[in-house]
Amino acid sequence: MTGPQNHWSKNEMVDQVIEMLEDGSSLNLGIGIPTLVAQRIPPEKGIWIHSENGVLGVAGRPTRQSVSPTLINAGKETISVKKGASFFDSAMSFGMIRGGHIDVCVLGGMQVDAEGSLANWMIPGKKVTGMGGAMDLVHGAKLVIVMLTHFSKRGDVKLLHRCKLPLTGKGVVHKIITDLGVFTPMGESFQIDQLAPGVTKEQLGMTDALISSVN
Amino acid sequence: MTSKVFKDAESALFDMKDGVSVMSGGFGLCGIPENSILEIRRRQLKNLHAISNNIGNSGRGLAWLLKEKQISRATCSYVGGNPDLEQQMLSHEVDVTLVPQGTFSERIRAAGMGVRGFYTPAGYGTEIAEGKESREFDLPCLLELPLAADFAIIKAQKGDPYGNLWFQETARNFSPLMAMAAKVTIVEVEQLVELGEILPEDVHLPGVFVQRIYQGSEYENTIEIPIFEDEN
Repeated sequence: MTGPQNHWSKNEMVDQVIEMLEDGSSLNLGIGIPTLVAQRIPPEKGIWIHSENGVLGVAGRPTRQSVSPTLINAGKETISVKKGASFFDSAMSFGMIRGGHIDVCVLGGMQVDAEGSLANWMIPGKKVTGMGGAMDLVHGAKLVIVMLTHFSKRGDVKLLHRCKLPLTGKGVVHKIITDLGVFTPMGESFQIDQLAPGVTKEQLGMTDALISSVN
Repeated sequence: MTSKVFKDAESALFDMKDGVSVMSGGFGLCGIPENSILEIRRRQLKNLHAISNNIGNSGRGLAWLLKEKQISRATCSYVGGNPDLEQQMLSHEVDVTLVPQGTFSERIRAAGMGVRGFYTPAGYGTEIAEGKESREFDLPCLLELPLAADFAIIKAQKGDPYGNLWFQETARNFSPLMAMAAKVTIVEVEQLVELGEILPEDVHLPGVFVQRIYQGSEYENTIEIPIFEDEN
């Protein structure tokens, strides 16, 4: 019940994100799978990676010699920065997002729906992590991408007509990348932009009504 | 002129009492005021309202106070990675208010800057919109109000006797905002330097926002999740 075996690896999902980035654009990366994006972006693309704890210009990981306890990303992981990087306080950091100065935002998710709504901060009665910056991050960026596995560990599809879990944002997601394909929320259904090689529509666990067209 | 410089945490926190609200800087454990938190633990102050992004993490920072049941109310954005808070939230020992992080920082900034409220799209259409005034601009937005506190405890890399501060790398996060939003802001620094040693153009927070400053000691500066190049 965990879906087809011919799905994309995490790195292949990350490469789908990287293909969507224009050279020189600014990019915020959420906690979880999205942080992998920072490690795979070719430097020549000249992407400026923003982390909401107050840095623009994240460049990957430090060495054991260069590591600093005061240099972390929003996942509290150690990072390094590239030439031209800047540090700032949290209000300015979220102002960059809210004010529309960051081009692309990539977040993880628990559920995402055809209306472009995202749920990723709590499971009532079970788990509350808090929303962190996610409720702010989904508003402002020109392109909001959600990366998530297509099925939960229990085998439930995470792309729904309407989210069942409490929302992080309503109608805010532009693109969805799962291990099975790339999707665009169209309101009542999803457009399939691309499927991973060998994956068929029937393997998506979604009703025909939930798939509007194949691009 | 009364000096803002105090000898240590014990003297700088002399008037902190049970039941006060305390803002504490830091993102996770990055840039937390370790000495002031340990002094609050030593004094066993109770019934505190902690305002901080994470309320400690991984059993450290403000989690030291959670373990001693000193915090009864918490305003924060994220609970993940903080088992002490998660547990006391579920058992209703701590009354937790979750605030979206950008709204959290802007509410604190607003309190310090004299802004009486602002509209933001964050949280519209979600549970946190319940009971809040909304208004349609280019997007539907929620009215959010300032968030102030009795005390702010802040850590900076460098500070001078007037309270001008310089923060290192991403340790800045919420600290300068909180310093502006509290009635009494108490700063601990790794290096207390002479006036003028921080160049005027390098001051991250002007000293006018700071009431007390002291030289801290014995910093742990814990790295929560060390990941190194080519070792994944």
